[in-house]
Formats: sequence, structure tokens, C-alpha cells
Amino acid sequence: MASENGTLIHLRDVHKVYYRDRIEVPVLQGINLDVHEGEFLALMGPSGSGKSTLLNLIAGIDAPTKGEVRVAGESLGTLKPSRLAAWRARHIGFIFQLYNLIPVLTAYQNVELPLLLTRLSSRERKKRVLFALGLVGLEGRAKHFPRQLSGGEEQRVAIARAIVADPTLLVADEPTGDLDAKNAAEILTLLKRLNEELKKTVLMVTHDPHAAERAHLIYHLDKGVLQS
Amino acid sequence: MAIPLAYNLRNLSARKVSTVLTALGIGLVSWVFIFTLALAGGFQSALQATGSPTNAIVIRNGSTAELTSIVARDAAASIESQPEIARAPDGTPLATHELVVLWNLKRKNGTPANVVVRGVTAKSVALRPKIHLVEGRMFRPGLEEVVVGKLAQARIAHCALGDRIKLAGRQWSIVGVFDAQGTAFDSEIWGDVELFMPVFDRPVYQSVTLRLDEPSHFGALRKRLEADPRMSVQVKHEDEFYAAQSATLAALLRGLGLFVTLVMALGAIFGALNTMYAAVGSRTKEIGTLLALGFSRGSILTSFLIESVLLATLGGLLGSLMTLPVNGITTSTMNFASFSEIAFRFQVTPSMLLSGMIFAAVMGALGGFFPSRKAARRVIVEALREA
Repeated sequence: MASENGTLIHLRDVHKVYYRDRIEVPVLQGINLDVHEGEFLALMGPSGSGKSTLLNLIAGIDAPTKGEVRVAGESLGTLKPSRLAAWRARHIGFIFQLYNLIPVLTAYQNVELPLLLTRLSSRERKKRVLFALGLVGLEGRAKHFPRQLSGGEEQRVAIARAIVADPTLLVADEPTGDLDAKNAAEILTLLKRLNEELKKTVLMVTHDPHAAERAHLIYHLDKGVLQS
Repeated sequence: MAIPLAYNLRNLSARKVSTVLTALGIGLVSWVFIFTLALAGGFQSALQATGSPTNAIVIRNGSTAELTSIVARDAAASIESQPEIARAPDGTPLATHELVVLWNLKRKNGTPANVVVRGVTAKSVALRPKIHLVEGRMFRPGLEEVVVGKLAQARIAHCALGDRIKLAGRQWSIVGVFDAQGTAFDSEIWGDVELFMPVFDRPVYQSVTLRLDEPSHFGALRKRLEADPRMSVQVKHEDEFYAAQSATLAALLRGLGLFVTLVMALGAIFGALNTMYAAVGSRTKEIGTLLALGFSRGSILTSFLIESVLLATLGGLLGSLMTLPVNGITTSTMNFASFSEIAFRFQVTPSMLLSGMIFAAVMGALGGFFPSRKAARRVIVEALREA
């Protein structure tokens, strides 16, 4: 998936501009970034600095105004929406600040969602879902609905959903932002384990310096400009 | 693979109030739709079943109904002597000449109704094997006695066994009640044709009905009779004759019913539209999440459409269940072909229920399309930002 020199994420001169009431608001300005396979990178910065926007561009759910975003060997700007959706399903595992679980589906069904986009048999899907839930320590909660879980448990289900299809890259947007200190520490430990034991590349947006400390690399964004 | 159906089913169950209200709205429209079909179907079925494919009916050329027909006595005698007519066990032709008049009587609720009073012969019942007496006995020729159809007895005043009814200034005893198995004859009053002719001051018959000895002989019989310039008659298969009588009113009933249904359906579609827009609005973040995970926009569109169709089908099911109690209920209407009252039973068939369900599903698909398209077109990043 990565290039010959092991680069998984390759951004060159990436700009992103939003328009509010016809007023141009530059969010990202000339971002250049290379992330290698197996790295754990933290993106920090104040609110409105463009962290989440950068994460969204890398995850293929937003497009740059200018510049090249190449992830897992694909230049995302060249992909049609349907191929981009399939690319996300194959390569990206999402972890959101507010977990984004589907409330009417059980933990098991939430984790199974990404596998429904694969050709796996239901037996193979079951095996993988139970493995992922076991990895986050929630095998006993498979039949619970999100409302029956604590915030920490919900985020662990979300992590199980993110890893179940064995994606190339995990993107986490403020994964501990809605958790107390104890649960936040558990989630960060889990992410660290996924990075070290399963060799997952992790890209985490956070404004919490303690969370960022778990990463190999910390980048700062300030007014749309990346500073290492 | 698509978004699991459990997602849609549980969402419907999670929004109980809006689900039930929308389903009821669609169910009501579906009920009207099936009700209309059952009404028209019951009417048509009653008339279609009245005729037999093995019988032929002879009426005056140019007439579309017995009421406007005349068949002279000598012509009737000539028709009944044709060689294609089947024979009764006693060797006589299996044919009958009948007189039909409309008589204004009071329904049990006091409102007036035009009732068919038919003068018949002893062969009339033999030609209609569906008819059998359920109470009393057959009238005796030459006496002021009549028998009444089961539905006429149920709806017309003074038609119970033993009652006396006034027709053409005379009192007639009701001596029997016959069951014609839901056909138009069930709404009629029968008496002796030879007695009726002077009483009703009618010197001619209205029709001759006969049983063919071979169905294939119909063509030859028709050709000969219709070519005879002395008679000026037309020969028809009895079942086709009655079916044609039902066509105009059945089409009108269906047309009116469908118009009312379509107007109501517009309301129901807007109900589904509203419900689905609310569903899409409240699940924007879920839509964003599903899109981010890699589900295609087509999957999202299909999923919400399925949800809308499921909701509408639930309504269709409710409508179908609500229609079942009307099945078999007797009502009556004026038959435009004969200007007479015809009683018939609502007939709810499995195909009508299926049509109602399909109609409901189509309403759901129409009402759900635009909200589903809106869901599928959400910008992922904006959808994920929704609270």
C-alpha cells in the first residue's frame, strides 16, 4: 500500500478554502506532509487551526481546494466518488470524538458494518467481529445497544469497528475528547497497542498534550500552517 | 452488501408515533383503494356469474338489456323450436321465455327501489342450476304467488315468507325464497309469466333463454335466428350478455373510486414525505458515518427508500386488515343497464389485497424518494458535524 520508501501518506502543497457568506476562509495553506507505515502521529493545534480538516482530507471524506493528497498508493483527487467510497472502506478506520455508533444497532452489528462492504461470508464476519470486540475487551457486550454502554465502552466499540476490516490507516478525531481521564487513558493505551502490536498506522487529532505524548510524532497546526 | 435491514426496522420501531401515524394514513388510503375494488368487483362478479356459458339469450335486435327488448309470442315459439336447443328429460326444449318489468317498491328503510319482477316458466330454474329454494316452495302457475331472491328478501319491505306484496294493483303471496348464489337473480321477484303478462299489461316477452345442446352449435343458431327477418333478434352467450351489462357501472365505480383514492394518496404521500424527511433530518450524523465507512450513496438511497416502502407496506397491511370485515357485506346499487336495483356482496380477493399492498408500497416509494435522495446527497463532512 505504501510507496517504495514506506510513505503511506503523502501531501504536497495542500490548500483548503471554505466560503462563508461568499467570504473566502483559508483553512489549510500549503501543507506538505509524509507519514510512514506503522507510525503513530498526533496532530495538535487550537480550535479552528484546521486539524480535523486535514484529517478529513487524508481520510478521503473531503477534498482539497488545491494540491495533491496521496494515501495508500492512491491520489485521492483522481478517484470517482464510488471508487473513493470503496477505497475508504478498504483503507480507513474511523474513530470519532462522539463515537458515531448507530444507536439502533447492537455493538456486534455496529462492528460488523465495515465488513458488510467486503465479500466475507457471514461466518468469517462473525469470527472477525468477535475478535475485534475481544481485542477491545467487550466480547461480553456484543448484544448491547450503544445506549446500554458507557462512554468508554462506546468508544471501544467504535475502535473495534475501525479495526475490524483490517484497514491500512486509523484516523482518530479527538478520540478522548468526550471521555473522563480514566477512560481516556484506556483508549490511548488501546490505540498504542494497535499501533505497536498490529502495526497499524495511526493519525490522531487532539488538543490534549497528554494524549499526544503517546504518539511517535507530534505536528502542530496553526492557522492552517503545519509546524513539526 | 447493503445496509442491514435491521437498521431500517429498528429505526421505524424507534419512532413509534410517527411510524404509526404515517402507516395509518397510508392504511386508510389503501383501505379506500381495496374497498373500491371490492365494490366494483362484487358488482361485476354478481352480474358476470348471473349468466351461464352453456346458455344463450335471445333479445330484440338493437337492445342492450332485457328491459328494452321485446320478443313476440310467435317469435318465442319459433326460437324454442330450434334444433340446437338441449332437451329436458321429458323431451321438451330446455328453453324459457320471460317477461321483465321494473316495479317500484320500498326498501326496508323506507327508500324507493326499482326491483326486477320477472315472469318465468317452469324451465327457468332448470336453466339456472345455481338457483335453489331455501325457504317455502315454488309459486303455482295461475295463482297470485311469487318467490323472491334472497337479497331482495333481505332488503325490500314485505318480502318475508308468508308476506303479501302489492304488484300491479294486486296482492301477491310470497310463497318461497330462492338463493341464486350472489347473482343478479338474487335481487329479483319471480312469478308465473303467463299470469304476469295480462296483469302487467304486457303482450310480449322480453327474452328467450335456452340451453345449447352443444356449445359449438351457438354459431349456427345465431346465424339462423339473426338472419330471420321476421324476428329481428340478436343471440348472445348468456354470460357475455350479463358481463356486458356490468361493464359500464363497474368502470364508473372503479374510476370514481380511483379518483378519490388518488386524491387521498397525494395526502398520504406527503405524510410519508414528511416522516421520511424528519427521519433523514434526525439521522444526518448516522448518514455521514455510513458514508464515511464506505457505504455508497446508492446504498444510502436504497436503505431509506426501503425504510419508506416498509413503512408504507405496514400501512398497506393495516389497510388490508381493515378491509377484511367488509368482505361479504351486502350492498346495492342501481344497475345503469337495467335501471334496476341490484344487490351484491363486497368481494375482497387476495389479488385486491395484493394490489392494495403494492399501491401502498408505491406511495411509500414516491414519498420516500426525495428524502432518500437528500440523504444520499449529504456532504459527509457536514453530515458528521451535525449534532
